[in-house]
Amino acid sequence: MSRLRAALASARPVVTAELGPPRDADPDAVVKKAATLRGWVDAANVTDNQGANVRMSSLAASVLAMRAGLEPVMQLTCRDRNRMALQSDLLGAAALGVPNVLLLTGDHPSLGDHPESRPVFDLDGVQLTWAARTLRDDGTNMAGRALGRRPDWFIGTVENPFAAPIGLRARRLAKKVAAGAEFVQTQYVFDVPGFARWMADVRELGVTEHCAVLAGLGPIRSLRMYEFLSTRVPGLFVPDSVGRRLRGVPPDRVAEEGLRLCVETIHEVLAIPGVSGVHVMAVGNEEAVSEIAQRAGIGPSTDPVAGANEQEGSGHAG
Amino acid sequence: MESSVVTASRPAPFHPRIPARLVYRAHILLARNGGYQRLAAWLERHPRRYRWFTAAERISKEQLFGCRMCGQCALPATGYACPMTCPKQLRNGPCGGVSPSGRCEVVPELTCVWVIAAQRAATAGHDDDLDLLQRPVDNRQWDRSSWVNYWQGRDEQLWVEFDEDDPRPALLAGR
Repeated sequence: MSRLRAALASARPVVTAELGPPRDADPDAVVKKAATLRGWVDAANVTDNQGANVRMSSLAASVLAMRAGLEPVMQLTCRDRNRMALQSDLLGAAALGVPNVLLLTGDHPSLGDHPESRPVFDLDGVQLTWAARTLRDDGTNMAGRALGRRPDWFIGTVENPFAAPIGLRARRLAKKVAAGAEFVQTQYVFDVPGFARWMADVRELGVTEHCAVLAGLGPIRSLRMYEFLSTRVPGLFVPDSVGRRLRGVPPDRVAEEGLRLCVETIHEVLAIPGVSGVHVMAVGNEEAVSEIAQRAGIGPSTDPVAGANEQEGSGHAG
Repeated sequence: MESSVVTASRPAPFHPRIPARLVYRAHILLARNGGYQRLAAWLERHPRRYRWFTAAERISKEQLFGCRMCGQCALPATGYACPMTCPKQLRNGPCGGVSPSGRCEVVPELTCVWVIAAQRAATAGHDDDLDLLQRPVDNRQWDRSSWVNYWQGRDEQLWVEFDEDDPRPALLAGR
């Protein structure tokens, strides 16, 4: 059963993070990252060939994370699999006890390390969410064949409040919720007023009654990372004020300033009605997650009940 | 012109060459009726005529909309901007990689086809169409005539509305 679902039903802000599987076949790489995150987050997304770069499969890494006592959110994209492979991996994940899935369209292969590969996109992110809900709630696959034992994952998705066309962004999330999404994680929020406007649209559409919103955030560690985020990441909007603030401190203080900015942003987004928690993106910098959760005073470590569950370690036999 | 970047092999956002309001009005010329349905049935019984007809459809829709002949035309629900020209062929709206200025993440020199679709649908008073849930395409229909499929009534379940009465429509049509 999904502890993330239970945490979102509680009153405290929820924290999720990201665990990027390794480029190789080393299970210990997953175990180490899981140990860094365990106890500080309610669940961690295990990414699926993130940025269209080949890595250990999200299903395998999710199972490794689970064995290491970290609740995974298995990401699955439409980029590399047709509808048959997507359904079979979803069913496989359920059989192995993966409690949460996050379904998305995925980055185009032309942006990653295998630009020569064939993009699949047999389904889009909305249709994949719809297919997952059909497997779970209707108990049939996309061919209409009945399932014996149904999967029971908690279904999530993503949305980018800052990408054009802005007017469609809340409506697109409403479509994903109609398709079956129960929680959403957003792209990085650096522009809090822009995020608040999107949240107002989301509430207006009644989305927050059926879907928990986790605001995406992350620490900027260096001016180089700032340049990368503001110019190279598709669909990401970083206001100039962020750059001014990071350039305004001595070079050896940039990382600290980035952490402070992240913690401040967490408090700002949690004050917006309808926001249930934060999704901290710090791939390759997983140690920062505990620091941020501690400074912001959020996450399972602040919750005696969830904290006790965490002590029991891995509890996902299936 | 932007559309010159389009190649036959890979989808790239296409800016339609016909104004949105005009094409919504022109749809009446092709609207399904008994005559067209009989024509469609006749074409399907005559493979050579079907091929000619499909070739004519391909040429006209390629020129106007960058049509890729998926055979399951979404144009009437997307501001007559073709979602199959999206590099990810997304039928339910834009991906999260569109730049704040509306550029495609895969072909940054082009405007995202869903940005174009949103503008065209709004201009023509069809903004609500973009909320329709689009079902997955039937990949057997590629290179078939979407007009014949439409006249034969096979397109009726391509998309479905969700609202308070039916907040979670079924993925499988007719269930």
